[in-house]
Amino acid sequence: MRTKEDIFQLLENVSDPEVPVLTVLDLGIIRDVIIINDNEVEIVITPTYSGCPAMNTIAMNIKFELMANGIQHVRVREILSPAWTTDWMTEAGKLKLNSYGIAPPQYTTLNNPREMDAVVPCPQCHSKDTVLVSQFGSTACKALYKCNSCLEPFDYFKCH
Amino acid sequence: MNPSLVQYILHLADNSFINGHRLSEWCGHGPALEVDMALSNIALDNIGAARSFYQYAAQLEGGDKTEDYYPHWRTLREFRNVLLVELPNGDFADTIARSFFFDAYQFLFYKALTNSKDLQLAAIAEKSLKEVTYHLRFSSEWVIRLGDGTEESKERMQASIHKLWDYTGELFSASDTEKEMIDAGIATDISLLKPEWDKIISDTLEEATLSYPLRADGAWFQNGGKRGIHTEHFGFILAEVQYMQKTYPGAEW
Repeated sequence: MRTKEDIFQLLENVSDPEVPVLTVLDLGIIRDVIIINDNEVEIVITPTYSGCPAMNTIAMNIKFELMANGIQHVRVREILSPAWTTDWMTEAGKLKLNSYGIAPPQYTTLNNPREMDAVVPCPQCHSKDTVLVSQFGSTACKALYKCNSCLEPFDYFKCH
Repeated sequence: MNPSLVQYILHLADNSFINGHRLSEWCGHGPALEVDMALSNIALDNIGAARSFYQYAAQLEGGDKTEDYYPHWRTLREFRNVLLVELPNGDFADTIARSFFFDAYQFLFYKALTNSKDLQLAAIAEKSLKEVTYHLRFSSEWVIRLGDGTEESKERMQASIHKLWDYTGELFSASDTEKEMIDAGIATDISLLKPEWDKIISDTLEEATLSYPLRADGAWFQNGGKRGIHTEHFGFILAEVQYMQKTYPGAEW
């Protein structure tokens, strides 16, 4: 009989299509795993941003991964409440983001300073002498920063 | 299934959808790369919220309705957005004025809607409130930059504020559907939002060294969007949005 742990193991293989170093578990978007029987599972997810175009792909990839591992009926259901927050991102996920070249969220939503005051270390050279270039980046979740030490630009995964 | 509830949901969906559509028209045409990205991101947030509402409506109506039906197949008079969001982008100041007025409204609106007796609407509101907070920050900061900027930017920003002012009244005037939903504890009572909205507007305009438009109590304001009576601009929006589906019905890729 399949257990929740079995399913979580499989979900470790499902990555964010935009940031492939992160799994859906690292992102904190898996809200529940419901085992109906050995052949039928429901996965409950929550979207990161309202308009995030990756959610459809993620839902599809979850289905494919489970079906490829012998579960014939997979249902992926989306819930909106409680709203996803970067507070749910795992510490492991944050480390992976940094090595990938994206600065992870620096604060929790509770102790979040004004965006302008946030100190974001450069993922390349680790200098704290960095500057916000734009609140909005290539995707809804990212902002654009520049490092004054090594002069490289980098993405920052915003606190949300 | 309550038809008034569906109409109310579509009003909320249409507001976000048409606003998002207008903002998306800036993609590739922004005055600076940073602004181009910002407007595109904000447009996407709006369309994401619209999708959540359209999906909910489709779920309630059932049958073979999906989220795609509502933006692509309804006729002009079935759309229920406020007139403010369908106005053309104009110059950057016009867009910022429109966004500023609408974002301040959305911020207060969603805050109230999180208390809706309808749990799905409350959930959508909770999600959208986080994003709209960023939108309001973006638009209000640009009002300040342009207002307290050069002579030309101040002139244009002030002109846009005045030009769009008559379209803001509709935001606080409940339609019959809204009144029914307010009584049911589902809808936000928008008439209660006006004092707080006025404060956000006047505080920001003061910091922007711009003047606050005066309107006599009870003065007429532009309206009709909530009843499906749209401006002449709306037909052009639908032509763009609906052309593909209506020419090649059922097309997918």
